[in-house]
Amino acid sequence: MNQMTLIESMVKERAVDIRKQKDGENYVEVPDFRPGDTVNVAVRVVEGEKERIQNFKGIVIGRHGSGVSATFRVRKVSNGVGVERVFPLYSPMLQGIELVRKGDVRRAKLYYLRGMSERKIRQKLS
Amino acid sequence: MTGALLGKKLGMTSIYTDNGEQIPCTVIQAGPCPIVQMKTSGNDGYNSVQLGFENVPDRKVNKPLKGHFAKAGIEPVKYLKEFRDLEITLNIGEFLKVDQFQKGDKVRVTSTSKGKGFQGVVKRHHFGGVGMTTHGQSDRVRAPGSIGSSSYPSRVFKGLRMAGRMGGKPTTIRNLEIVDIIPEQNVLLLKGNVPGYKNTLLEIVKQ
Repeated sequence: MNQMTLIESMVKERAVDIRKQKDGENYVEVPDFRPGDTVNVAVRVVEGEKERIQNFKGIVIGRHGSGVSATFRVRKVSNGVGVERVFPLYSPMLQGIELVRKGDVRRAKLYYLRGMSERKIRQKLS
Repeated sequence: MTGALLGKKLGMTSIYTDNGEQIPCTVIQAGPCPIVQMKTSGNDGYNSVQLGFENVPDRKVNKPLKGHFAKAGIEPVKYLKEFRDLEITLNIGEFLKVDQFQKGDKVRVTSTSKGKGFQGVVKRHHFGGVGMTTHGQSDRVRAPGSIGSSSYPSRVFKGLRMAGRMGGKPTTIRNLEIVDIIPEQNVLLLKGNVPGYKNTLLEIVKQ
């Protein structure tokens, strides 16, 4: 099993290297964040030949998995419609994850936020 | 056949390509495999190469096998497997390693699948089950249905698919792509899954 951990870390390093290569000086490390935190995820969007950055800002409502395959789920309300996206934590398609605000919650999965109004969510997270 | 190895399943992970694709991979410890014996059509009636895998301490090996290993001049190994019509340039006592493969090669992996125990026909043979849960019926949902006619033939045909032990059988998966090779660790990364538990013995054959 020891060897597996080693391979996992090698694979992870390689994923980080791809991002370092893409971003050069602009490379930012994956921050330490928890469910309940508000994050701003910069996603690379490829349109034909061109590549641009799209931001997705919202509340982290869960983290899943471990190692390189880990993902996290971000929820935001856009034009009155709730939108959720799942991002692979080490995907080279992410340009960076910025921690905007720390939240204070006791649960690991915040699926109950889906049925709540924005005002209530704000009360809950602070 | 131009390439073959014995290996061990270590686990699964995923790797990313430059354009952001995520590829699920099985990590396999493959080789190094000593060549223990070479059979030729003149001597044995067929051509094959016997490979070994995973060293074991001397005390775990019985006398006849010890002699077999001594003849090849190698350390005792846990597993021995023969590969028919394997074309190699090496001699007895030398090692086959992952470097005989290249990135992008397609391989075939054979091993024992995970045992599932006694399973019904829906899981074991992909039957559809018989009925619905409505109209007063509730206990036929995963049933096998009729197993044959009545007075003729008055018996159930041999080989009729029924419930029983599932899994734990030799299983082969073909066309697995080699995504990466780490020669220092003797490790292969294959795209997708391979049969069996972690630490199961795998036969990897180049297609």
